Amino acid sequence: MTSQPQHIYPDPLVNSETAPYWQACQAGTLQLKRCNACGQTHFYPRAVCPFCLSGDTVWFTASGLGRVYAFSVMRRAEPPYAIAYVTLDEGVTLMTHIVDCAFDGIAIGQRVALAFRQSAGGQAVPVFRPQARLSAEALVGSLS
Amino acid sequence: MSRPCKAYIAGAFEHPTRKAVDKTVPQLHAEVALGALRDAGLESCDVDGYFCAGDAPGLGGLSMAEYMGLNLRHIDTTETGGSSYIAHVGHAVDAIAAGRCSVALITLAGRPRAEGMSSVGARDYGRGAPDVAFEQPYSPLITNLYAMAAQRHMHEHGTTSEQLAAIKVAASHHAQHNERAMLREVVTVEDVVNSPLVADPLHRLDCCVVSDGGGALVLVSPEKAREIGPRCVKVLGQGTAIKHLSAGRVDLTHTGAVTSGPLAFADARLIPADIDYVSIYDSFTITVLMTLEDLGFCAKGQGGRFVSDGNLISGVGRLPFNTDGGGLCNNHPGNRGGMTKVIEAVRQLRGEAHPRVQVRDCTLALAHGTGGSIGTRMGSATVILGRNDA
Repeated sequence: MTSQPQHIYPDPLVNSETAPYWQACQAGTLQLKRCNACGQTHFYPRAVCPFCLSGDTVWFTASGLGRVYAFSVMRRAEPPYAIAYVTLDEGVTLMTHIVDCAFDGIAIGQRVALAFRQSAGGQAVPVFRPQARLSAEALVGSLS
Repeated sequence: MSRPCKAYIAGAFEHPTRKAVDKTVPQLHAEVALGALRDAGLESCDVDGYFCAGDAPGLGGLSMAEYMGLNLRHIDTTETGGSSYIAHVGHAVDAIAAGRCSVALITLAGRPRAEGMSSVGARDYGRGAPDVAFEQPYSPLITNLYAMAAQRHMHEHGTTSEQLAAIKVAASHHAQHNERAMLREVVTVEDVVNSPLVADPLHRLDCCVVSDGGGALVLVSPEKAREIGPRCVKVLGQGTAIKHLSAGRVDLTHTGAVTSGPLAFADARLIPADIDYVSIYDSFTITVLMTLEDLGFCAKGQGGRFVSDGNLISGVGRLPFNTDGGGLCNNHPGNRGGMTKVIEAVRQLRGEAHPRVQVRDCTLALAHGTGGSIGTRMGSATVILGRNDA
């Protein structure tokens, strides 16, 4: 079996505002922020709510499920990769990649589930893969 | 009929270079400044207001004012990417109307081509930007961000690659007459859709060129415009806006033109049907299509039909656009196309466009700029211009 070139994920910038997000990714969960003052969930996570500027924002764990809002396969890259916006069931849309599937099978509206890829420096980066495939793999895993 | 106007464009100049190997960026700024001032019959000592954006090196306006020896009483370094220079036109009008300056100079220059910048490479906006951590790990490029907007527009409105291609076809029909255009070959819809996919669904020919060069504008008060003469062009209306990812409420099928356009039309007391010629920012074909919809030249979702069948070709269609070939074929200096959009609109209103693309009796024109990316955060700026006797 020949080894395929892997997409290299640049290391994300980690600072005092973003560290809990990336630590949660290392632990295998996706954390979002909600504002206690106005109740709105926002993305990307900030210390200050972008809807009301309250500093009373708290982390919570997202379901990790959503739908493809838009995507594009970068054909000029080696290897090509599928950048996307995914709208989470919590209502916010985030930039990500769609992985573990044939590019030609990706569709807007498709259900996807959280997965992770390692960045160049070992940080877990949240990506998404088709939800049905995840279930199939889980099934195979349970049988073996 | 003489429409009221608070300031005029008296000088406009596009740098002839497309690859500036042996020139510095400050030098290019100074060369376009000189060109626009000569076009207006003015000298650098007449300039008392200066406008520039993120392409100006060093401390921007401070560095460039010193380099060019300008003595100023007004400066504005508003940075909204490639839309900056159209925003500057509006700001210059306001500054002149408020008496803060009487001769306003706007400059743009860049040399990404000589510096070897890839048309598909990532832009570095600095690691301090708060969005970087949540986007940069996914390698967002200018191309795949605009491509996602195109994909979503196709999904919501049924827009096709062939319809997007019609925009490039129109630009190429104009560029064949521009001896300085980088791409002068007339292309067909088939040529565009058969060119290699860069980022689905955008093909190579859906993308603008990368070029060096720049441009400059000189705006003056109505009093000075009367002295300078009838080549002065009226600024009748202006509007600016920004649009971003709205904390995760992402909408990729609208641009900031939905705000800047109506502001400019209200300011000018005009409607889209009044406009004879448009210069529309054309980083990609999808940029043009969405902008035309958002400015009100057609209903949302009808852009694909609107641009088809040569409707953007001068002398053929109902709304001639980018008669210099635009960013898709002519040039896109410094990866910032706002300046050249205004310059071609000025040529049209002066009757100085190439005879083969000159719009007959061109009286009212619109120029629109998009800065940043319609796939993330963008600046939008619209100006409506009128012939001297408009």
